[in-house]
Amino acid sequence: MIQHTQSASQTAADISPEALSKIEAIIARYQDQPGALMPVLQEAQDLLGYLPVAVQERIAAGLNIPGSEVFGTMSFYSMYAWAPKGKYVIRMCESPPCHVNGSENILQVLKQELGIGVGETTTDGLFSLELTACLGVCEVAPAMQINEVVFGNLTRDKIKQVLNDYRAGKAVDYKQLPYTTNDFRKYKQSPQELVVLDNVGVIDPMKIDDYLAKGGYSALKKAVTSMTPEAVVEEVKTSGLRGRGGAGFPCGVKWSFTRPLTATPKYIVCNADEGEPGTIKDRYIMEGDPHKVLEGMAIAGFAVGASKGFIYVRGEYYLSKYRLQNAIDQAKAQGYLGDKLFGTDFSFDVEVRSGFGSYVCGEETALIESIEGHRGYPRAKPPFPGVAGLWHQPTVVNNVETLASVPAIINRGGDWYKTLGTENTTGTKIYQIIGHVKTPQIVEVPVGITLRELIDTYCGGLREGSTFKMCQTGGASAGLVTADALDVPMDLASLAQVGGALGSGTMLVMDQSVCVVDFMRSVAKFFAHESCGQCTPCREGTPRILETLTRICQGQGQERDLDFLERLAGTMVDASFCPLGQTAPGPLMSALKLFRPEFEEHLKEKKCRAGVCRFA
Amino acid sequence: MAHSTLNINGTTVKFTPGQTILEAARDAGIDIPTLCYLKGTTPTGSCRVCVVEVEGARTLLPACSTPAAAGMVVQTESERVVAARKMVIELLLASGNHNCFVYAAQRDQGFKVEDAIFCEAEGECQLQALAERYQVFPPSYANPPDTKYYYEDNNSMIVRDFSKCIMCGRCVRACCERQVNLAIDIGYRGSHNKIVARGDYPYIDSDCVFCGECVQACPVGALLDKAARFQGRPWERTKVRSTCPYCGVGCQIDLHIKNGRIVKVTGADEIPNEGRLCVKGRFGWGFVHHPDRLTTPLIKENGSFREASWEEALDLTARRLQEIKDQDGADKIGGWCSARVTNEENYLFQKFMRAVIGTNHVDHCARL
Amino acid sequence: MAGLAAAFGSGAMTNSIAELEDTDCILVIGSNTTENHPVIAARIKRAARLKHKTLIVIDPRRIDLVRHANLWVRQRPGTDIAVINGLMNVIIQENLQATDYVAARTEGFEALKDTVAKYTPEYVEQISGVPADQLRQVARLYAQAPAAAIVYTMGITQHTVGTDNVKSLANLAMLCGNVGIAGGGVNPLRGQNNVQGACDMGGLPNVFSGYQAVTDPAHRQKMAAAWGVGDLPDYVGMTMTDMLPAIPEGKLKALYIMGENPVISDPDADHAVAALKKLDFLVVQDIFLTETAQLADVVLPATTFAEKDGTFSNTERRVALIRRAVSAVGQSRPDWQIICDLSRRLGYDMDYANAEAIFNELRQVTPSYAGITYARLETEGGLQWPCPTTDHPGTMYLHKDKFARGLGQFFAIEHREPAELPDAEYPLTLTTGRVLYQYHTGTMSRRAVGLVEKAPECFVELAPEDASRYGIGEGERIKVRSRRGEITAKAQISKKAVPGTIFVPFHYGEAAANKLTIAAFDPVAKIPEYKVCAVQIEKG
Repeated sequence: MIQHTQSASQTAADISPEALSKIEAIIARYQDQPGALMPVLQEAQDLLGYLPVAVQERIAAGLNIPGSEVFGTMSFYSMYAWAPKGKYVIRMCESPPCHVNGSENILQVLKQELGIGVGETTTDGLFSLELTACLGVCEVAPAMQINEVVFGNLTRDKIKQVLNDYRAGKAVDYKQLPYTTNDFRKYKQSPQELVVLDNVGVIDPMKIDDYLAKGGYSALKKAVTSMTPEAVVEEVKTSGLRGRGGAGFPCGVKWSFTRPLTATPKYIVCNADEGEPGTIKDRYIMEGDPHKVLEGMAIAGFAVGASKGFIYVRGEYYLSKYRLQNAIDQAKAQGYLGDKLFGTDFSFDVEVRSGFGSYVCGEETALIESIEGHRGYPRAKPPFPGVAGLWHQPTVVNNVETLASVPAIINRGGDWYKTLGTENTTGTKIYQIIGHVKTPQIVEVPVGITLRELIDTYCGGLREGSTFKMCQTGGASAGLVTADALDVPMDLASLAQVGGALGSGTMLVMDQSVCVVDFMRSVAKFFAHESCGQCTPCREGTPRILETLTRICQGQGQERDLDFLERLAGTMVDASFCPLGQTAPGPLMSALKLFRPEFEEHLKEKKCRAGVCRFA
Repeated sequence: MAHSTLNINGTTVKFTPGQTILEAARDAGIDIPTLCYLKGTTPTGSCRVCVVEVEGARTLLPACSTPAAAGMVVQTESERVVAARKMVIELLLASGNHNCFVYAAQRDQGFKVEDAIFCEAEGECQLQALAERYQVFPPSYANPPDTKYYYEDNNSMIVRDFSKCIMCGRCVRACCERQVNLAIDIGYRGSHNKIVARGDYPYIDSDCVFCGECVQACPVGALLDKAARFQGRPWERTKVRSTCPYCGVGCQIDLHIKNGRIVKVTGADEIPNEGRLCVKGRFGWGFVHHPDRLTTPLIKENGSFREASWEEALDLTARRLQEIKDQDGADKIGGWCSARVTNEENYLFQKFMRAVIGTNHVDHCARL
Repeated sequence: MAGLAAAFGSGAMTNSIAELEDTDCILVIGSNTTENHPVIAARIKRAARLKHKTLIVIDPRRIDLVRHANLWVRQRPGTDIAVINGLMNVIIQENLQATDYVAARTEGFEALKDTVAKYTPEYVEQISGVPADQLRQVARLYAQAPAAAIVYTMGITQHTVGTDNVKSLANLAMLCGNVGIAGGGVNPLRGQNNVQGACDMGGLPNVFSGYQAVTDPAHRQKMAAAWGVGDLPDYVGMTMTDMLPAIPEGKLKALYIMGENPVISDPDADHAVAALKKLDFLVVQDIFLTETAQLADVVLPATTFAEKDGTFSNTERRVALIRRAVSAVGQSRPDWQIICDLSRRLGYDMDYANAEAIFNELRQVTPSYAGITYARLETEGGLQWPCPTTDHPGTMYLHKDKFARGLGQFFAIEHREPAELPDAEYPLTLTTGRVLYQYHTGTMSRRAVGLVEKAPECFVELAPEDASRYGIGEGERIKVRSRRGEITAKAQISKKAVPGTIFVPFHYGEAAANKLTIAAFDPVAKIPEYKVCAVQIEKG
């Protein structure tokens, strides 16, 4: 990264004329579309396995984008490659949920089995080994992805077997898999009715008729043919539905800002960039019931006056993208998407756009920049996307789970929805309980259930021999809670009171085997990897936190380190550009508050009570 | 235009709608420090040096990109602001080889000053000035001066020293917004962020057209005018305002002079160029001190030149012109003045041809 | 110059550089602005990219501005009049012209209308190769913009029809009411830092400073009185391009050249050298021993801009100071001092304390400069003429409310082919010009390390189609031959180039493009046709 990474001597000779003409065809297909850069780069990389200099330059010329911008954009996303890689790229997850499940050991195994280090390719050209931030499959941690396919619950034996299969030419085709990780219906289910996941595991997600048979698209029809847009907005307001992405902003209120604006066009963006470590719920919805998301988007479009939607799916969710595209094609063919729906003047089209390895793109303005084909740099707010978003047009950005809740609200009324959940946070919520429980899983229940219930009722309690130490609720940027919080209702307000956050509804449960300093190091590594680098506090601060914690874990901490960390964290919270930098030090600050003695033991006594840290 | 007011540091300050807090403050003579702010380009609010405390806001806000609003109450130097600002400066100092400070920090540890490359920006460096203003000391966790950063020195105009880059992005906006040359951008991510030209190439192999706008925009010593390296410290130079001698745009320039020689040229923030220059204006001044310059009059004898005194050359020229005028008539003499000399000289030349020689055969190369 | 002067009454750039950023539409024709006027190009690019204004580029070469443009029109070289007439045909056909403006402020419209009537888009497509629909699009964009600026340079003027090209642009601008308004105008960009000033100061055969005609007795009287001489010559003198052929004819015996290098810059360079050698006496005053100075009998060493005080007038009529920053090299002297020294020896006592004293004299006799003083330039920065009084702020754009000549004059102009077209023997078209990193004859720019590094040697730019037709590879040396001469340079294969046309920069003495060019001139402006002549190439 420090040296100039590409040399000007690389020439077009690297690529065949046939490949180049295919690249030209890709460019031609996107040439006149705004935001063409990301899809063109992705398709070109699909074709060649990487993006040689000549291809980058061809794309730059073809799309009339400066070469520096093409490379600047490309190099922001971790899934682009500009050097050749092995046929199979193994991406081992090192994020906190996998970390507490032993990913570092698994990485050693991989290195041994492959005989290569991280960033290297086996001599036979078969495998490349890489590290990756959260893959979004935390229920099967520790996990890795080989090209499009996820392998979870990794052990030495399983790795050996998988590698042997691949060596023997038995690569897995992700399109043939029923789901990426587990069958949702095998999980312990809530006795209450499901609102969002009702069809998941019941219908064939590749068949629109299955969805229609379950009453699919009836809410859209109802809205479009019998309601005014204002009435739809009102209904969603009445429901009290709050955003399920993490911030919990009331959905109807958001829509009501955009509805009256006269600027056109307006856009609906579905945020399916599920990147918050521990968060896996949207994948189940998109894989199991893709039409429901599309229907929610179309209703949102009708409500605010948008006729175009983008669903921005994180790059690693290949099966989700595949099934969504299939669903879009079918819905268009049958008139549920496209021009003049149900004989009215309302038209709505959806396009799938893929992220390509960037957590910050889950932040709505960074996501918008990414769709536009830029680096995922968050924008200053205001203006909010509702007023000036995609191409500076009014844009409603909603999470998958939020939009998937909408059809039921339209069909059955906001008042009905409101009866579910708590006064503060209505409706059902998909909780994800991962970490040191017997059976990590997701469950959709009315908001307000306690952490103890989630662990004991649905996940069979803690794993054998475990005692509860702490839980990180809501995702990597949220604070820690201790056993004191086990009986707190898991809604936005109550969790905030105890220093946690509902966030995406993920609960990373950790037992006594976890060293809080080591865990914080893993969290810090995640943020240092994912900081976009736009602002100083986050760009320079996240690696400083990592560096300092790493030293402490190695027994080389100094007394002044904790003061420095607190001072740094304070500035990051106060002066960072976007929520990533502002919240990144949150877990650390909460850990320093709750577990300060453990830090001090590391510093003064060179002692790790969990036995995780090794002091040289 | 309607004015509103906001309150900055207890003072009521007028602003025009659309102005940022920074602009309103500067108009009122209140100095909010900045690093990434670059006049005439989109403020990005990225360095966070200009953060201020706004009553009612959850976090500090960047003055450069936050619109002023009526009734806003702003503190620009509160304890909270200064704490954040100091940390930002500290992080930036730690981020690279800011060796003006490293000397002080490492002298005890056997660091030898002669091993260092002196920072060309010292005395002009805006980060150094901020550190001085906020009394930020070199952080103990600073990276030592080493060679892990790329030092690009393979062209004759611009040196890029990535060890001093603070990723303020001013060069990118200078290139893409002031000059619209679109030759550089920010590449990679997070702490690996780096300014990239084309596919991360050296300037010389990239789309860079060497206008040098990036060098002029760099607040630290990361982008250097190569010819000015080792040509005196900034404070030893005098600046003379002039007009560029190349094309017809008439860019206003500052000639930086040390010991009677030009050491560099920068664009002046005046009409018509507002700081901009092109490669010729900024890096094309070498002809002034070139050894090929004519230093004495020359007279051709037997087909070759010999040096002559002014007296001799002028006498000869005057005599010959007079002879031809007397023998053949003034209209057998022509004169070419020049699109590259001053108005005064062109005026005088045509006066000379018309009034002294007595001919209207006067022209210059306007057509070519 | 001549074209604009005839149409408007003044040959100068009508509007200002800064206005380009805030106009609604910019039409760039015959100007590779990013290479020749990079800082003006920055304004144009800012308008197009950042302020989303309409940019139309009309140029046979795919110049850099094309990537910022909404529309790029690629005409066959030498067909500008047809294209512009075509635009006007569409505008009149679709009734997009500024009818009131045309009626109130111009004359000659009916004749124009009659002439352009036959230049239908389809007819123009036959002549120029520009698709008819594209022509219509451009016409509408230009005509419907509230304010639209035309920018041009030598791509328009360096043709045998150069003056007519310029008049055509003036026609187009007046037709849409675009002259005399902010953000509009017809804007020639001057190639050299003080071309405008040299013209303003009477460095022309027909006028004193301030464009006061030498044929006008009142002007002669005024100048003679100011200069304290009895009388002044009353005939229009020869232009540079007239003077060279006059030498072998015996009509010119001596030449005093100050800061010019015609051996490189004039067309048909071999002829120019031969002519200069025939002079009885040649004195050259310059900062280097240029190719021209080497032919001189006496060479007088002058100083550079950095070693003297004075003023330059830029392309937008803005007068700005230069200041002495370093001492003169060796015995070199500022040009004005040398002129004074010579004058005294010829019996006329010229004596000025400094450059400012000269300026004070010239502003007395030059009405457009009368209000400009060194003191004002010091405090206010550059001032744009006309600036008649010391309390006048200077003039941002010309012809507001009234043209300099009263009414704007339309000229009905027919398309004419260039003087020398490709044929079987010389099948390619040669066009010449500048590159970003070099300047004029290279006297200054080829002595700057960085500029030489980026553009060390001459090249022949040709289209990939032509390269493969002749079997020429990138960087290979090729010979270019015209009926007048031959040069060798390396090939640069580029998509910029039009198939059938090659481009050679003229900066390089060792491969002087002007050995090839034709000494065919515009009959009015006497500008050589540098942009079109016929050549052949072969691998060298």
